[in-house]
Order: sequence, then structure tokens, then C-alpha cells
Amino acid sequence: MKNTPALSLYIPEPKYRPGDTPDFSDLNVSAAGVVRRPDVAVNSSEIHDLAFTLIRVLDDKGDAVGPWDPKLDVDTLKRGLRAMLLTRIFDDRMFRAQRQGKTSFYMKSLGEEAVAVAQALALDRDDMCFPTYRQQGLLIARDYPLVMMMNQIYSNEQDPLKGRQLPIMYSSKEHGFFSISGNLGTQFSQAVGWAMASAYKGDDRICAAWIGDGSTAEGDFHHALTFGSVYRAPVLLNVVNNQWAISSYQGIAGGDRSTFASRAIGYGIPGLRVDGNDFLAVYAATQWAADRARMNLGPTVLELFTYRAEGHSTSDDPTQYRPADEPGAWPLGDPVNRLTKHLIARGVWSDDEHKALVDELTEYVKAVGKEAEKNGTLGNSKLPSVKTMFEDVYKEVPPHLRKQRQELGV
Amino acid sequence: MTDILMPALSPTMTEGKLSKWLKKEGDTITAGDVIAEIETDKATMEVEAVDEGTLTKILVAEGTEGVAVNTPIAQLNGAANGAANGKAAAAPPPAAKSDDAPKADAKSEAKAPAAAPVPPKPEAKSFPAEEAKFYETTASKTVREALRDAMAEEMRRDETVFLMGEEVAEYNGAYKVSQGLLDEFGAERVIDTPITEQGFAGLGVGAAFNGLKPIVEFMTWNFAMQAIDQIVNSAAKTQYMSGGQMGCSIVFRGPNGVASRVGAQHSQDYASWYAHVPGLYVLAPYTAADAKGLLKAAIRDPNPVVFLEHELMYGTAFDVPVDENFIVPIGKARIARPGKDVTITAYSRMVGLALAAAEQLAKDGIDAEVIDLRTIRPLDVETITNSVKKTNRLVSCEEGWPFAGIGSEMAAIAMENFFDDLDAPVARVYGVDVPLPYAANLEKLALPQVEHIVEAAKKVSYR
Repeated sequence: MKNTPALSLYIPEPKYRPGDTPDFSDLNVSAAGVVRRPDVAVNSSEIHDLAFTLIRVLDDKGDAVGPWDPKLDVDTLKRGLRAMLLTRIFDDRMFRAQRQGKTSFYMKSLGEEAVAVAQALALDRDDMCFPTYRQQGLLIARDYPLVMMMNQIYSNEQDPLKGRQLPIMYSSKEHGFFSISGNLGTQFSQAVGWAMASAYKGDDRICAAWIGDGSTAEGDFHHALTFGSVYRAPVLLNVVNNQWAISSYQGIAGGDRSTFASRAIGYGIPGLRVDGNDFLAVYAATQWAADRARMNLGPTVLELFTYRAEGHSTSDDPTQYRPADEPGAWPLGDPVNRLTKHLIARGVWSDDEHKALVDELTEYVKAVGKEAEKNGTLGNSKLPSVKTMFEDVYKEVPPHLRKQRQELGV
Repeated sequence: MTDILMPALSPTMTEGKLSKWLKKEGDTITAGDVIAEIETDKATMEVEAVDEGTLTKILVAEGTEGVAVNTPIAQLNGAANGAANGKAAAAPPPAAKSDDAPKADAKSEAKAPAAAPVPPKPEAKSFPAEEAKFYETTASKTVREALRDAMAEEMRRDETVFLMGEEVAEYNGAYKVSQGLLDEFGAERVIDTPITEQGFAGLGVGAAFNGLKPIVEFMTWNFAMQAIDQIVNSAAKTQYMSGGQMGCSIVFRGPNGVASRVGAQHSQDYASWYAHVPGLYVLAPYTAADAKGLLKAAIRDPNPVVFLEHELMYGTAFDVPVDENFIVPIGKARIARPGKDVTITAYSRMVGLALAAAEQLAKDGIDAEVIDLRTIRPLDVETITNSVKKTNRLVSCEEGWPFAGIGSEMAAIAMENFFDDLDAPVARVYGVDVPLPYAANLEKLALPQVEHIVEAAKKVSYR
């Protein structure tokens, strides 16, 4: 008779399902300002603790505290607030446009705006970005024309990508925004390759990549860390841990066992875990990692700890798998509100100014929306040109494609 | 008296250099003694004695190159043990090691897939006019050397070109294709990578997006299965999906198709897999000259190129133009042998089998035209069409499987382009529809042979 129990299969489950009352009071959150800020030239083996804490700058009163305070000037803060708000308002309008049938698909970044916007501002304008589909804030912070985003979303004749890509999978070489891949994770190793090429050329541009908590399970995540470590590539490897991969909570990707930042430790790469809803913390950590990369000290893994406050996409109803009030119960708050509170605490912003800004941006997005709709929306008659369908498959149109085009009579 | 024969130390070895004798005439030898060092197509290896006795005569001096497998290289007098000696003399030719049964077996059978007889030297007149002029001055080069020369010349010409892959630097490539490149270009341009095809393919794609021209070597295309997402979903499509903003100028290269005795997972022909994908060019040369000219074209091309080499061809020598401006245009087939009775299309190693079949057919009064496709995508439909309009018969050859293979495409092209010119249905020669078996007899049966091409050509000729 054996005295060991029968084997039992373990399937991880999120703490709360619909109908439960979410309570995150046991979430291990470091107080703002308590985490040390090492010199950028630190050896990764000396900062393993930073992969398990949470770098935070903004405290509950809205004050910036501790060694990670990037001490940004007011103009930069206001620029960040504006870009986050614009992203949010744009998202709202596009989400509603999908519900009105003007596009087939949309993905919001509600609650995660600080990730893309603070990072865009902390990086140089010429640094290359290899994002996922939830970093539209990068484009907005880099002043990509909203109307071009809408033209793509509406799939109209002015679509800059000529009707070839999904609505939100933007691409802009000029804005250092690599074409988003629908196959998750591939951008991670590509970013390392881009960064190595930059190093080979003796360039000064570095590179940043983003991946979701769920996609860290992809081979590409691990390939990127291996190559980044081996060749000391000048790259920021960002894991946006927004807790949810569609309906799979972060534990399905292994987040219950150890933090995503701690994945870096085995590769000998610094891993920082950062409050992703704290604009100042995200900015400071990004700046630290970018400085390392620029000094030829190699890659950094940043886990941006945040919360996906909306559904995965317009095709998703999150109330089917998590409590409807879970986003409100998230203890790290909302990135826009927290930065607003900070600006007010500093005495450089007011409720009235804030309301005026929201109104201004809402009107702006509305006006741009009308302009884009003049070019057509999904299903109306103004469509991307058929002629261009056979272009860009190759650099030059080869004879067999020219023949196919002629056969179609276009 | 026993002859010691030149052993085959790898399944693909047909000849080697006897680099060093470690025993001299008169030495007593026991089984297992290292008696000589031989340089094969891949590496330097030690030859161990199989039998005991006295080395009476060395027949091939050290330093001799090009010693064919099974040539007697020395004589052994095994007087001390007459019975064993007699037995040994009657035994099959010794392999490298007496306990290495698969290799011994391989030696006698390995020729099956490698059966392409010494390929007829392509004559300059059989090349398209724009290439023919380069053939006035040629040098004999193996396919391996031609590929290396192509990379070296392009790397000298353009400093954005670099080579990356497993074992490409210190080891000069698993198949020695990158011989000497590390020494010439240094570790920044000839880069040994961690063992993850998906990883370094992605890395190459990223570097290409940043304006460099990576040559990504896969140790074999079989291992690139892991990287197919990066090749198909990123390299091939990004220029299109980005609205023409971001192209990917990159070459993925390595040996494709069967080798000898490497089993189901290491013997696949990926021509039809990659030829299916818009945005990719797919090249599969046969001669060393085409290997060089096409690889140079691939490196200069702004599009992603899948470059399919063949392990069994690496050691085969051809006349290669010495002019560094020699480039073979992508998308142009080559008439490897002009003929008037039947058109046989083939690519890569199968061209050699097709040429051998054509020689046999000539004896039966059938004058076959052999087309070396060279480029699989985009296929040179014009050359095929012009040929069939003359011969009225078409046989397609490939190592790969039949379903949705290159032969299927040939049949479709025939329907669409020259159906009325056909005097017989298109015939296809291909590998049998099973994972390639390891055992020598099964492997031989599974692969297309010269006689299959002869049969198919006779069938479409109603002979």
C-alpha cells in the first residue's frame, strides 16, 4: 500500500469570477518611493530584488516621492496628460464607431494609457518601437495624424495601408512604429535584431518592444531574451502585464509562480517591475533602461504592472469571465486620474482646466472623425483602390502579378 | 594480403584527401589503431584499422587529394592470424569503424540517392544569351565553394551584408559553406547564433527592417520549420501590410531535400511549401555557377528570398564564370540540354538525374530537352511553354511529395497555357507519399530515380 496521495491535476484559476466581490487588499504593492534606484551601470545580479517589488513614484496624495521621481517639467507632464486623454477619447469614439458598423473591429487601451504615452515621451523621437496592438498611445504621443488612424480603421480610400491590414494594426516608418503583427510575439525577436543592426551600424538609435503577459509564453519572448542577453542588444523588452489575455488571467501564463520581470533573471538581464498606472514611474524606469541601452550596457526587461479595464476587443464581453466591477476595484487606480491629481497637487492644474481640455479633445476627435468619414467608412462606397492590390507584394510588380491584375481588369 | 580501402566517413562522402599517414610501412597494427587522417567533405577524421597485421605497402601517398571512396590505399599482411585474415579479406569493404554498421551499410547503398552520375558539364551555348558571355573564362568550383564565393564577393561589395546562423563562424558552417568568411569579415559580420531557428530568423527579419541585408543560414531547411512563421508571416508580408513602407531584404539559405540516411525529419523538400507564399522568391539551383549567380542576385534583391541548396550537391564541381559581375537573373529557367521529343523539368539535384535520364533516352532514340528551373517562384512559364510547344510532352521531376507539389503546379500550368499543344498527359516524377524511411533499401525505393524519369518520358512518348 502506497502512502502517497493519488496525483491530482492543477488548473490555475483567477481569484474572482462573475458574481464574486473582488478584493485586492492582499495584493503585494510597494509603497510609493520605497524602492531603491540603482545606478544604470549596475550589474544585473545585484538588482534581483527589483524584479519582485513595484517601482512607484506617485503616492495616494498625488505627490511624487522617492528616488525614481524623474522630476519632469510641467510642460512634459501636461503633454503626457494630453496624449493619454486624447488616446482615451479617441478609443471611446472608435469603439462606438464599431458599434455603429463603421468598422469591423477595435481594441481600446483603457487603463493602460500611461504605458505607451510615458514610454513614448521617455524614449527619443527616433527610437524604434515594436509594439503590440494596445500601444496606440505611442503613435498619438508621437503626433501621428489621428485622421490617418481613422482612415485605416474605417477602411476607406485614404487608408494609408491601402486596405491591407486590420483596422488597428498601424504601421508608420516615419513615426518609428513597426507594423503590428497579428501573430503574437514575433516583434520581440525582431526588435532585438533591429537593435543589433543599430549597434552594428554605430547608430545612436535604440529600440523598444512590447508584449503582453499572455504572450510571454511564446517562444519569441524567450528567444528575444536569449539573443538580447548574448549580444547585449540596445533594446527595452516591455511586458505589459494587464492581468488578462482575453479571458485567460495572467496565472495561465505563469504569473502566479513568479513575476514576469523575474523572467529576466535567468538570462542575466536587469528586470524591473513598475507600476504601469503611474506615469512618472513608467517614465523613470523607461529612461533608466534607455540610458543603459545607449551606454552599450544591454537590454532591460520592464514589467509594466497594469490592468486591462476594458474587454480585449470589440468582440469580447469581459463580464462573462470576471466580475463586472473588478476594474473599479483595482488598487493601483487610473493612470489619467493619478497624473491629473499630481498636477493639481503641484498647483499647476485645476478641475476647470481639466474639463476644458477634455471638452477640447472631444471636439477635436469628433471633428477629425467627420473629416475621416468624408473619405468613407466600412461598407460604404468609398473603398481602397483596387489597383494597388498587386503592389508591394514584391518591390517591383512581377510579370505574373501584372497578368493577374490584367485578368481582373483593374 | 588485405587491401585497406578509402573509407566513407560520412554518408555523403564520395572522395577525400588522405592528409596524413600515422603508420609507416613495416608497422604492426592492431584493430582500432588510428592509421591515417582523412579530410572529408565536412571535417578531418581518423581512420581506424579493422584488421590486425603488418602494414606492408602504402599505395596512396599522404597529401593526395580526391581519393575516391573504396580505392585501395594500403596493403596489410595479416600473417599472424591467417584465419581472421582470410575472413577479413572476404568481408565487405571495411568501413571507418568495424562497429559502425549503419555507415558500412550506407557506403554500399548511399549511392542510391546520390546516384546522379557525374553530371555532364553544361555547355555555355545552353545558357541564356546574357549569361553565355560570362562562360568564356571559367574555373572549376564545387557548389560549396561557389556559394562561399558569392557571399564573400557580396560582403566585400556591400558592408550591410552579413551572415548569421548556427556554426557559421568558428566552425565555418556545418557543411563548410562559410569557409574562411569569419577570418575575412570578422565576428560582427559572421555571427554564430544560439540554437533557435525561430529566434535568429526573427533577429534577421528585424535587422533587415533596419536596413541591413542578412543572410540567414539554416543548418538545414528541416530545422527552419520552427522559423516558418517569421519567414511567412513577417518577412514575406510586412512590405505589403505596411502599405509599402517597410520591406525586408533578406536571404534565408541552407540545404534542402534528401541527404543520405538522415531519416524522415531531415530529408524534406520545401520547394512547394515556400513557393506557395506571395512575397517570397524561391530559388533552387543545380550547378555551381547558378548557385553563385543566383545567390548574388538574391543578396542584392530587395525582397525576401528562400534559397534552397542541396547537401548532396555541395561537393560537386562545375565550371563557374570568374567574372564577379556574373549574376543569374531571378525568374529565368535554363535549358540544360536541348532536345525536341520531350520536355523534362527539374530543379536542384534532380536536374542531374534528368540529364542522366536524357542520356539513356537518347540511346532509345528519344531526344529529351531538360529544363533546369533554377527559380521556383516566380516560375519561368515562358521557357516551359516554348519548350512544350516544340516537344508536345512534359515530365516534371522533384524529390518532394506529390500532393500540391511542384509537379501539380506544372500540370496546372500545362492546362492553362499549352493544353492544346500536349500530345500526352503531363507526367510527374516525385518522392513516394510517405515520410522518408531510414533503411537504405526503403530510402532508395521512396526516392525518385533516373529510371523513373526514363519510364515517365517513355510513357508520355507512348514508347
